[in-house]
Amino acid sequence: MKFAVTVTLKKDVLDPQGKVVSQTLKNMGMNNLSQVRQGKFFEIDLKEKDSSKAHNQVKEMCEKLLVNQIIEDFKISKTE
Amino acid sequence: MKSSVIVFPGSNCDRDVAVALEKLQFKNSMIWHKENVLPKSDLIVVPGGFSYGDYLRSGAIAAKSNILNEVIKAGERGSLILGICNGFQILIECGLLKGALLRNSGLKFISKNIFIKIQSNKNKFFNKYKKNEILELNIAHNEGNFFTDKKHLNELEDNDLIPIKYCDKEGNINQKTNPNGSINNIAGIFNKNKNILGMMPHPERMVDKTCSNEDGLPLFLSLMN
Repeated sequence: MKFAVTVTLKKDVLDPQGKVVSQTLKNMGMNNLSQVRQGKFFEIDLKEKDSSKAHNQVKEMCEKLLVNQIIEDFKISKTE
Repeated sequence: MKSSVIVFPGSNCDRDVAVALEKLQFKNSMIWHKENVLPKSDLIVVPGGFSYGDYLRSGAIAAKSNILNEVIKAGERGSLILGICNGFQILIECGLLKGALLRNSGLKFISKNIFIKIQSNKNKFFNKYKKNEILELNIAHNEGNFFTDKKHLNELEDNDLIPIKYCDKEGNINQKTNPNGSINNIAGIFNKNKNILGMMPHPERMVDKTCSNEDGLPLFLSLMN
């Protein structure tokens, strides 16, 4: 069972990389851009058939290692 | 005094700390991260470097290593723990210190000498310095931009838990004298009981006049006091 996890900085945390990317895109002429936030993406493949069990396991991985919850938010979605 | 320096794959300031400690006659042991037992130590140092290549987040992987379980237990028992640079990042990732160290606001790795001002000397780490003393130390980091929530920041400010702040040669603490964007110019913080210190500047690089200055030496002398 495959899951996708995206990790992004929380709304109130300054994201200097996102800001630079956003400024560069604006310089390239994409003027309708309001904001870019940069983050991380994990693809997690689990040997587990029960989807709610698997989801909980991925959540635990996020909370214990993948995400620093003081500064980051995460989203989990099932891909396969 | 007995000390232990924890060594991870990618640590690169471990031997510098050992030289500083041995100069002051600490009986020091180097402890590999896979060990499950920590020798009895008056001081534990988590040194700087790039543990595990800074994968995932700086310090995140090292914070889950075998020996860190023992360091956490020792810290909770009240042992003195000093985390320098990557060591500070590891102490935050393992939960011994609160907050986060974000990427430098200028997006560049900074390696240079900076100035810090002693905010508080009533503790085990800075008692050989005078209050408001200005030191010249070296920083070398990419993620030293300390950040925390308002509640914790107030707790730090109100309880004398910020012993050092970035300043200029004259001691001015403001945005201009802040090298990395760190909130309130914070260069290092204590836990509640002040037995655990995390700091970005490297005191171990400033212990010998022949290659630098000796502004870091009183920190190690303070620990013996």
